[in-house]
Amino acid sequence: MTDLEPAAMTVVRLDKKGDFAEWRAAARHLLAQHIPPHQVDWRGPDNDMSLFGDQLGAAPIRQEKAEGRAPTISLPRELVDMADHIICHRSADVPARLYRLFWRVQADRYLLGRKTDDDVHWARKMVKNISRDIHKMHAFVRFRHLGVGDDGRENYAAWFEPEHLTLRLGAPFFQRRFSGMNWAIITPDARAIWDGQRLVMGEGGQRDDVPDHDVVEQQWRAYYGAIFNPARVKISAMRSEMPKKYWHNLPEAQDIASLLAGAEQRVAMMQAAEHQTPNKRTEKWQKNAQAALADVLGGAGDGLDAPENLEQLGRSLDQCRRCSLHCAATQAVRGEGPVDAALMMVGEQPGDQEDLAGRPFVGPAGQLLTEMMAQNGLTRSDIYMTNAVKHFKFQPRGKMRLHQRPTAGEIDKCRWWLDLERQMVRPKFIITLGATALRGVLGPKGKLADLRGQVIPLSDGAVLFPTIHPSYLLRLPDKEKAAEERAMFAADLRRAAQHLAAAGVG
Amino acid sequence: MAQQTILQKLKLLADAAKYDASCSSSGTSKRNSLASGGIGSTEGMGICHSYTPDGRCVSLLKILLTNFCIYDCRFCINRASSNVERARFSPAEVVQITLDFYKRNYIEGLFLSSGIIRSEDYTMEQMIAVARSLREDHGFRGYIHLKTIAGADPQLLALAGLYADRLSTNVELPTERGLQNFAPEKRPEVIRKTMAEVRLRQEDAKEARKGRLLTKAKPPRFAPAGQSTQMIVGADDARDGDILKTSSHLYSGYRLKRVYYSAFSPIADSSQDLPLVRPPLMREHRLYQADWLMRFYGFDQTEIMEGASDEMLDLAIDPKLAWALQRRDLFPVDVNRAPKELLLRVPGLGTRAVERILAARRGTRLRLADLARVTTSVKKLLPFIVAGDWRPGGLTDSEHLRARFAPPPEQLSLAL
Repeated sequence: MTDLEPAAMTVVRLDKKGDFAEWRAAARHLLAQHIPPHQVDWRGPDNDMSLFGDQLGAAPIRQEKAEGRAPTISLPRELVDMADHIICHRSADVPARLYRLFWRVQADRYLLGRKTDDDVHWARKMVKNISRDIHKMHAFVRFRHLGVGDDGRENYAAWFEPEHLTLRLGAPFFQRRFSGMNWAIITPDARAIWDGQRLVMGEGGQRDDVPDHDVVEQQWRAYYGAIFNPARVKISAMRSEMPKKYWHNLPEAQDIASLLAGAEQRVAMMQAAEHQTPNKRTEKWQKNAQAALADVLGGAGDGLDAPENLEQLGRSLDQCRRCSLHCAATQAVRGEGPVDAALMMVGEQPGDQEDLAGRPFVGPAGQLLTEMMAQNGLTRSDIYMTNAVKHFKFQPRGKMRLHQRPTAGEIDKCRWWLDLERQMVRPKFIITLGATALRGVLGPKGKLADLRGQVIPLSDGAVLFPTIHPSYLLRLPDKEKAAEERAMFAADLRRAAQHLAAAGVG
Repeated sequence: MAQQTILQKLKLLADAAKYDASCSSSGTSKRNSLASGGIGSTEGMGICHSYTPDGRCVSLLKILLTNFCIYDCRFCINRASSNVERARFSPAEVVQITLDFYKRNYIEGLFLSSGIIRSEDYTMEQMIAVARSLREDHGFRGYIHLKTIAGADPQLLALAGLYADRLSTNVELPTERGLQNFAPEKRPEVIRKTMAEVRLRQEDAKEARKGRLLTKAKPPRFAPAGQSTQMIVGADDARDGDILKTSSHLYSGYRLKRVYYSAFSPIADSSQDLPLVRPPLMREHRLYQADWLMRFYGFDQTEIMEGASDEMLDLAIDPKLAWALQRRDLFPVDVNRAPKELLLRVPGLGTRAVERILAARRGTRLRLADLARVTTSVKKLLPFIVAGDWRPGGLTDSEHLRARFAPPPEQLSLAL
């Protein structure tokens, strides 16, 4: 072939619009025969006119049957999926432009990645259009009830006018969603019918094929009107998401005009209305609600009266406003253990997990502690476990809450509670874990580094063993150092256990 | 009084529910009704089936089981002392309406809330009865969002999470003082405990599913679309700083999927001490933007408030720009070299634009023309970036920078 000879035009006649299988068979056939895009004249069912009509006269026409034995040609999966969408577009040049893309991808496997390429840009835009059209179909199809069949299955039908030929791609969604009912979606170009067994595509239809009302539509329109807030009218937002072209098939859209017309008046009426006296029920209901509230608060009103036992203490603790930590924490975490425990273990403050669960020592450090206690002669269930500070102090960091050390002021304010617990439990021995706990028991008297390992008699007759907090062990990055510290902590626990045993309470 | 019809009840109980902003039906487990032969599916992204003239989408049937309420929250149209007409659906009626609407493709599912009747537990039981019936009696596989009643028994929460895709507990007002003044029966610590319970149950369910034996059936999911909450904006005197602080606590403490901000709308028969003005929609919008900055842009609340004055966000410009104007020492940022974290802080660059820049700059040195392809507003970027063919020079520190972005003052438009 030379430049002087006009190339032979291959005419491809597609019988159906938007039928990907038909177009693909034709395209494969053309590709197999190495027919370049500019030598193909695509014709649709309702346009016998060619896109290249002026050239036709000059070129000898070879008729190609669309369906034929197609040799296998490999194409990028992504392009096939895109083409499956694009073929649904009503634009007349779609078959030709798509074929050009298929042709070009034979020589350039990375074509689809070149987003600045005209053909690729076009294709991606088309896919977006079609996807949106499908999405709007999923949103705006409105079924109407036809009745119940002999087999007890309900029958529904909908009339819908998509912008493009998207029913074929849009219908499987309805199959997945409405599997338990029979339905038909009828569009001007095609219909989809589901009978519980098979999804069948058929000829297009007319609006009259579907009944013009449904009893439930009245409820739906009432709902639509009631859920609209007249104080926030924002028409542009509505119209950009629900374009006017869809309105005539949406039963609720009939009410838009009247809702808008009445909106301003409704708001003005609300604003002008006199304040009415509270209705008669209020008094009775409020009395009930307040009684329930008093119950929650433990009857103590402000919750700051000194509680008389641990249970009251727990409830009052929840109302504690002695410092600001309650504002962010979930709950105050009360101590846990036998009221007559010989040993009280005092930690720093609840962590993330303790704060959520409302129980002390259930997080990572608590688990380590429980394990090490068991290994060193202490039984958790015999011990009263509590914290020097009852609310979790933290700094929010994205999805995490980072532990923050309580201030001296917070420890001292919370000491009020710890002292009450000590008075109620009257432990013979106290182990404090870390500096915060030490301050909670001893006040601002000594440093942990100086006192660790000592046995300190307290004014109420109890004996104090200061040691470190187990979370310290979890934070040490150096393995050797961690093992060393762990051994020291174990020794501290063992020493306390020996004292307990010697006192006959271990 | 004559018996109310379903239609009358629907009007009353939808009207009463419209102040809840959430209508999301996204992010739950994917499922369909092919195998069950029943009704319903969820496919990741929820669908907005309609839009009302307030621009908000209708995705779920959002109704109250009843608007009778023993609480007297003053911002609420359903408070005990309000003279609004009352109605109550039976659980069976809600189930029927949900199915009727769903089968006609009006909705993605149900968002059920309720006034508190008798007790927290009783109310929660009634709501669970609706969800249980939909799931078990009707094989409904669509989306269900249940409002949890703060203070309800943890066992009821456990049940609610088995049937519902999402659970939500409204904190209503950001500060404890606000809640005390406006919603005396609501206890902030009870609300937080309820959220903590939901988070723990979600984590337990996830653990159980991970650790199951292969031969055993998968343990059930718990509220796979997570939990959310709502705060009312503009009913009390809480500042934006308070609101965002509360949000950051909620996101970090209870792993909320969303915090919704609802501009307080005037309500019929409202309490005397509430502002009966137009809802502060722009404030609501700025709060959502700030919320996005916290969730997707690595900002924390204190940083966002650097761009605020008197703990209120700037209404004229967006919170990221307001922050950047206060932190010009960090700019300009070189789009060809800066790390992702810094790019995310450039006003005008969204998360998608940043992703595209990171991908594109691997092969080539980006110029302004390239940036025009990944973002809508190169003009906005100019003072804050360095590109292959662009340096802002004195622009970054120009004292007129704010005026460049803020809408012209009112007088100007009047003069025109």
